[in-house]
Amino acid sequence: MGLARRIIPCLDCDNGRVVKGVRFVDIRDAGDPVEVSKRYCDEGADEVTFLDITASHEGRATTVETVGEIASQVFIPLTVGGGIRTLDDIRMMLNAGADKVAINTAAVFDPSFVRAAAQRFGSQCIVVAVDAKQVAGEPGPKWEIFTHGGRKPTGIDAVEWCQRMVDYGAGEILLTSMDRDGTREGFDNRLNRAVSSSVRTPVIASGGVGVLEHLAAGVLQGGVDAVLAASIFHFRQFTIRQAKEHMAGRGIEVRL
Amino acid sequence: MSTLAVIDYGMGNLHSVAKAVEHVGRELSLALDVAVTADAQTIAQADRVIFPGVGAIRDCMAEINRLNVGKMVAEAMQTRPVLAICVGMQALMAYSEENGGVDCLGLIPGQVRYFGEELRDAAGARLKVPHMGWNEVRQTRAHPLWEGVPDNSRFYFVHSYYAQTDRNDLVAGTSRYGKEMAAAIADRNIFATQFHPEKSQKAGLRLLGNFLLWSGEA
Repeated sequence: MGLARRIIPCLDCDNGRVVKGVRFVDIRDAGDPVEVSKRYCDEGADEVTFLDITASHEGRATTVETVGEIASQVFIPLTVGGGIRTLDDIRMMLNAGADKVAINTAAVFDPSFVRAAAQRFGSQCIVVAVDAKQVAGEPGPKWEIFTHGGRKPTGIDAVEWCQRMVDYGAGEILLTSMDRDGTREGFDNRLNRAVSSSVRTPVIASGGVGVLEHLAAGVLQGGVDAVLAASIFHFRQFTIRQAKEHMAGRGIEVRL
Repeated sequence: MSTLAVIDYGMGNLHSVAKAVEHVGRELSLALDVAVTADAQTIAQADRVIFPGVGAIRDCMAEINRLNVGKMVAEAMQTRPVLAICVGMQALMAYSEENGGVDCLGLIPGQVRYFGEELRDAAGARLKVPHMGWNEVRQTRAHPLWEGVPDNSRFYFVHSYYAQTDRNDLVAGTSRYGKEMAAAIADRNIFATQFHPEKSQKAGLRLLGNFLLWSGEA
């Protein structure tokens, strides 16, 4: 027995409320983030990820407050992402009680930001979030990085990008398949495998979980270190505990 | 009223640990005053001291030396319970391989080593570095801080370097990640953990509670 694979529920939050995990479309209210985080923690979540999708400046202050409330009641690691663009943004979230921050679009615009962030705050708290979409490739499939919620192509190869981010000091990669996000068809495990086998840091798979076996497949087929899901937990379709029992039944080491 | 000082030498996020001990203090109905501080006098007067740490050792040691934190910790551990966490534990050792080699405080005999690029599990599968997540901690000897914590409980780790001591008698708990390592070291008034009790939910909060009730010396 050794290190357990992690299950990470993700809270997409808009103006202080959890909204449905399918980003950008069909937003449904899924509750108060502090209450939801506590429930996940009690059910045995290994970490919680809080993604702020609030656009407005006022919403930002709400987010900092919410992060602070979660951090004073939930004693497992907390990652905060969404709109992290400057070292001050990172400092603000860490001071509010976040343990890690997820950097996405800002890394693409300025990769050296990741290096500066890792140097200032340590790699252990710098997660680089990557949104990847499959594109035509020879001989096998390739994936490209997209920004702005999957709308803007960048021409950057996803696997090379992840390696570069790790070289710059990212402590972990949060890898979302834009093809699968919101589909409930399961992770893109070829993508997961391609990235996970080519970087030395842990990789978190995200995007597409609809049933518990998808979580197990992320580990068994995708080779990832952690699996992230949102909507299957928000509406109590499954509890974290059920997810862990399922994974344990498939021979995966988990924290029960 | 009992007082606890969390030593703040400007590296990383100390709010987690302060919030966790405050929470545990309330649960235990203790009148507890927690100060996150670098002030030598406040630390000298505190009933208990937490020596945390995250980030790279060179930067940590630079600040520890600049603020004379080593002296504060050395004094505290003579007379009062001290809990060192993660890089705090590593800073207690004599030397770290990180950042090309950095001299540390030498308050506990031993050194800090890198996991290595080619770390593998028993089945030969390559292991990721940092060691990040929940791993089991085997309690190698009884200690007041283990009270009520089931043996082999999982704690949250995040680190790429690990502490090694020749003094096996000081090791209080071990974990396995490619190799066996010291997850906890205890020496008289000091208890040091590589893992983060403040992020380890039930088991971690229990350990912090034990620390708040511990009067020192195992």
